[in-house]
Amino acid sequence: MAKKEKGYGTHLKVSTKRAGHKIGGTIGIFIFLLVLALFMALPIYLAVVMSLKPVQELFVFPPKLYVIDPTLSNYSAMFRLCSDLWVPFSRYVVNSVGVTVTVTVCQVIFASMAAFCLAKVRFPGAKAINAIIVVSLLYQSNVIYIMQYMVMAKLHMIDTPWALILPSIAAPMNLFLMRQSMSQVPDAMIEAAKVDGAGMFRICWQIVMPNQKPALMTVIIFSFQAAWNIQGGTLVFSESLKTLPTVVQQAAAAGLARAGVAMAAAVFMLVPPIVIFMLAQRQVIETMAHSGIKD
Amino acid sequence: MLDSAEIGKRTRKENRRLTWLAVKQNKSSYLMILPFMLFFLVFTIVPVVMSLPMGFTDFNMVQMPKFVGLSNYTTLFLSDKIFIQSIRVTLVFALFTGPISYILCFLLAWLINELHPRLRTIFTLIFYAPSMANVYTVWKLIFSGDSYGYINSFLLDLGIISSPIQWLTDGNYVLGVTIVVQMWISLGAGFLALRAGFQNIDRSQYEAGAIEGIKSRWQELIYITIPSMGPQLMFAAVMQIVSSFTAGTVSQNLVGFPSTDYQAHTIMNHAYDYGWIRYEMGYASAICMILFVVMYILNKLIGKILSKYMD
Repeated sequence: MAKKEKGYGTHLKVSTKRAGHKIGGTIGIFIFLLVLALFMALPIYLAVVMSLKPVQELFVFPPKLYVIDPTLSNYSAMFRLCSDLWVPFSRYVVNSVGVTVTVTVCQVIFASMAAFCLAKVRFPGAKAINAIIVVSLLYQSNVIYIMQYMVMAKLHMIDTPWALILPSIAAPMNLFLMRQSMSQVPDAMIEAAKVDGAGMFRICWQIVMPNQKPALMTVIIFSFQAAWNIQGGTLVFSESLKTLPTVVQQAAAAGLARAGVAMAAAVFMLVPPIVIFMLAQRQVIETMAHSGIKD
Repeated sequence: MLDSAEIGKRTRKENRRLTWLAVKQNKSSYLMILPFMLFFLVFTIVPVVMSLPMGFTDFNMVQMPKFVGLSNYTTLFLSDKIFIQSIRVTLVFALFTGPISYILCFLLAWLINELHPRLRTIFTLIFYAPSMANVYTVWKLIFSGDSYGYINSFLLDLGIISSPIQWLTDGNYVLGVTIVVQMWISLGAGFLALRAGFQNIDRSQYEAGAIEGIKSRWQELIYITIPSMGPQLMFAAVMQIVSSFTAGTVSQNLVGFPSTDYQAHTIMNHAYDYGWIRYEMGYASAICMILFVVMYILNKLIGKILSKYMD
């Protein structure tokens, strides 16, 4: 932390030139990552290829890594299978978007505020809460779901949109991540703001949060991804309340015979999280380029 | 807050008054954690507390739970051979996927950080995408047991094998295949948190380091980067423990449930078996409890090691 005060130079541009960084080494790293990335991307590439294959191409021998006669028939089959039910497809989209946006916004705001207090304010009970958060991450029991169901039943939430939204709002993982990141904020910064007369709420949102872009964007990615995949099969049973993952999976569930449709479903569900990921990452890069350094 | 020596001198009554004062002083903090804590209490704490005593009962979800003392635990360790097998599988599984993924998460997050910002985004996405994707069908086709499977067809082509290998049903291979796929999806939360940690490091620290005589990437990593990444390293460690010890969905989706000869049967699969197939919730809770204790001890241990290293 002491080094920070020295603050040599305030570059306005992000450059990758640093001491001891030879260009040869950078190229070596690039090639290493590229090879690994090709391997990592292969199954997803295959999913995209298979989703574009017509039925007769799915089971040719030997299996091909590319598609000869690409078609969108798997995608149209998926939409058709989803719309065969008496609820229009757009209804599921609205449900999913509603649940995802509500959960993500609440998760991010609530977790950020709580994380700030737990990381930077010492109040009676803070230590205990911090410990409970970590323990709750480790306690994975499938019995919890039953107890959660009982709690929701008591609150008359079953078969309402709330059953999908409320249980997901307090995600200890996001709080834990934000708290870890905020613990690196120098105390002096907060003390200075206090002296200037800023309240806790203002310190959190106007002074600390703008410096937490990378962690914040990561939490947004996590929240979005989790919320987008909420299934809630047992929590809502009215067709008009179901979300995309449930329905899309129904359409794809018929073994290998519908492998093409299953792939189309997987690719379709993967697109929104990737878009959010790209947007969030661009935000991080832009802030880095503008401010250059943290404070 | 007061230090403990000072508290010792005060009477209890005074103590309580001071705590109350501290509570009142931090009113805004309590208000700010309230929304999170409210939902956390209702949907996590209450269900967890309700589930804790279940391990000591016989509960089939229809009748009221019946208290049976420690019998679930004694059965588990003394007569449930498959449970002992699942411990072995989980340990092998966690030993492979845990440390290797953790090191991989850190190494890749670091190497990506050495590249140009545009390339960083692309590589981060490619490495993170598997944990977002739900493509077990692809893996099933890759490891398919007939010669239509990608791996079999590739190996047959090269002449390494003469007949297709039953990757997903042969007891010798199921655990290996599960580990490979788990590794593929394991660059998840921990990896992204570490990426964020790297992005958050103050650039002036590197510049200061350069003036103080840092000569290579390695020195920069060891003297500047790692010491300021403690919190993210801890987060990634916790995430890695959880994901490697509670893995079960991969094997369930890939090699079937139960897997051949229970060769890929993890503790979590065992809990699923008793909880959702046999409806023996008491027994399932006991299994989860044992898993929790193991993870808790491991978490404490890693926390100790990391904090020692950071100081």
